[in-house]
Amino acid sequence: MQLTLEFGGGLELLCESVKIHKVNVDPPNGPEKFIMKDLLSWVRTNLIKERPEMFMKGDSVRPGVLVLVNDCDWELSGQLDTTLEDKDVVVFISTLHGG
Amino acid sequence: MEESNTKLTKKGGGRLCCICNQRRAALKRPKTLEQICRECFYEVFEEEIHQVIVDNQLFKPGERIAIGASGGKDSTVLACVLAELNRRHNYGLDLFLLSVDEGITGYRDDSLETVKRNEVQYGLPLKIVSYKDLYGWTMDEIVKMIGLKNNCTFCGVFRRQALDRGASLLKVDKVATGHNADDIAETVLLNILRGDIARLSRCTSIVTGEDGPIPRCKPFKYTYEKEIVMYAYFKRLDYFSTECIYSPNAYRGFAREFIKDLERIRPRAILDIIKSGEDFRISTSTKMPEQGTCERCGYISSQKWCKACVLLEGLNRGLPKMGIGRSSRGLNNDPKKDKYMKQGNGTKSIENKQCGSLDF
Repeated sequence: MQLTLEFGGGLELLCESVKIHKVNVDPPNGPEKFIMKDLLSWVRTNLIKERPEMFMKGDSVRPGVLVLVNDCDWELSGQLDTTLEDKDVVVFISTLHGG
Repeated sequence: MEESNTKLTKKGGGRLCCICNQRRAALKRPKTLEQICRECFYEVFEEEIHQVIVDNQLFKPGERIAIGASGGKDSTVLACVLAELNRRHNYGLDLFLLSVDEGITGYRDDSLETVKRNEVQYGLPLKIVSYKDLYGWTMDEIVKMIGLKNNCTFCGVFRRQALDRGASLLKVDKVATGHNADDIAETVLLNILRGDIARLSRCTSIVTGEDGPIPRCKPFKYTYEKEIVMYAYFKRLDYFSTECIYSPNAYRGFAREFIKDLERIRPRAILDIIKSGEDFRISTSTKMPEQGTCERCGYISSQKWCKACVLLEGLNRGLPKMGIGRSSRGLNNDPKKDKYMKQGNGTKSIENKQCGSLDF
């Protein structure tokens, strides 16, 4: 499954200052069921190089990190339960840096 | 962009905007929990800020207004929205961007590049005042001398004055800052945690310093950080987001995280904390600091010398600890004031204040 992941608002610093990552993810439970919760643990393992606590808290993103799936607030699509499809674009933006 | 719009319709979410009932919702508003589309979001976001400006009479026609601009998300969105509202609603304001260059290599020099681009993007003249010019020291030099302890005290005290000095150079009537609802809720909590009654009573005011040289106002007082960041993201605004390289900021960091945790469970918590801050009444027996002027530079001060002058004197005499911690050994040797300090309110708290970037 091909996904485009974008990190902003300072989160890019956790993944070697690269903002946009085009990635290929192998859904662990088959291609039918890949949800945001799975993606978060994949990102944590494969993309986050330092200070993972700035990105995640428990099994979700740290409060204050905004998530958009195809430019839509993930609070509208079920947050961790949002189902992902091939070619989806997922954006993570920290609101916690600077003013 | 087009591809993602068609994809949206596939997602289970794909609900319609509860305002226009036509377009797909793009975000959930923390303030109202409404699900709204991007276009309606721009509209309500901008018009709510307009309403706050009108209801609180933040500006008068013909005024010169400086926007305190750091290049970060809040001040970038503030510059964008104020420029737009000034046009749309004929405020008749002369708007300027005012930035402070603390002299922090790899941080402020980069963020100032963002502000310089904003100058062009929004057509607002930019003035930069630097610590080096005003005080003879950059933050880099100060940190070299004093190390990474208390450096935020210097920076916070100096920034507050620098913004006022820049504002008077621009001859503006008022400074607008990008402090948002989350920032203010956080500051209410911090002032409670520090027992800082003087700051607690003024930190929720939408206009401050009306008795001082240049008043400041916060048009984003009721604006959620989430919406500011969403606005910046959807509009593809150019902002800078790196943490200051010298800022440990631990205490404020805890308060910030606590507020974000609360917001996740109940987004209204942020507005409710502000409300609580506004409604606090200080008992008449509480002693409050008396406002005077600094004998050396004439800046507002509750002591003989203002904090910036005390800190500068320490730096220049090679005694950088002067003015840090209990100030009885410093230059303000007024026994009456010492007694006041021991009562543990007002001016004392400045020594504990971590990062001054959110100075109320």
